[in-house]
Amino acid sequence: MSIIININKLFDHRIRLGIMSILMVNEYADFNMLKELLGATDGNLASHTKALEKAEYIKIEKQFIGKKPNTRYSTTPLGKAEFKKHINALEKLIHKS
Amino acid sequence: MSDKDYLKDISEIKNLMNKSSRFISLSGLSGILAGIYALIGAAVTYYLVNSYSYGVLTLDGWIFRTVMLVLFLVAFFSVITGIFLTTRKAKKNNEKIWDTSSRRLIFNFLIPLVAGGLYILIILAQGKYGQTGGLMLIFYGLALVSASKYSIGKIKYLGFIEIVLGLIATLYPGYGFYLWVIGFGVMHIIYGSIMHFKYDTK
Repeated sequence: MSIIININKLFDHRIRLGIMSILMVNEYADFNMLKELLGATDGNLASHTKALEKAEYIKIEKQFIGKKPNTRYSTTPLGKAEFKKHINALEKLIHKS
Repeated sequence: MSDKDYLKDISEIKNLMNKSSRFISLSGLSGILAGIYALIGAAVTYYLVNSYSYGVLTLDGWIFRTVMLVLFLVAFFSVITGIFLTTRKAKKNNEKIWDTSSRRLIFNFLIPLVAGGLYILIILAQGKYGQTGGLMLIFYGLALVSASKYSIGKIKYLGFIEIVLGLIATLYPGYGFYLWVIGFGVMHIIYGSIMHFKYDTK
């Protein structure tokens, strides 16, 4: 049972899993980079990043590069720890079967 | 969610981690060609120095300037070939040539290379050219190691080999030329072939 508990419902979606995967290996990523890599629409991606931010798994920083607004995403230590737990749970589930 | 979905999740995670942080379209063929250019350049240099300069290279003669030009041409054509073949490969893989991962790769490659290149020019200007070959190998090796975090393949090991060859060359300046030929010529051809057959011919 304990394994099932570690499966994080918040990561149980392709886009959210993708956002976390990208942010785990990159210091930060901006909106367009996430959009291209995940092949998501603006609205779709925005709602998923908001969900992850609400759980305090990722940090959103808005800034300007010249005159263009730029949104940068990065993981929080909590997000990293939760994601690792999630991956471990996934791996255990696969090895069990 | 079934087990199959979890497996798919894991492979998706791996794929995204690689794609977002590493530039994977570096062409192996361009490594082979860069090696061949280096060998041609070395052959021309060897011929020039031995037939017109009695095996001695002086800093102010036309031979030295020609050798510098040959070096520049080798570097220039290697870069052009690399860009051309890598762009072609990236297109085939549906990958962008100029994205965050390739920018980071180039940036981290250029830091040791530019610093080393300037250093070599400075000591050349001071008339100390005995260790040029070794220094080129060392800084090129450092550039490869520094860039290796942002690409796949074992560029890191090529870098280590270049650094060791470079150190040997600075220890025995007399063999600098041959070590340069091994490092820039032979090693590129070997490494390029490995990359080509491992990643490109699929």
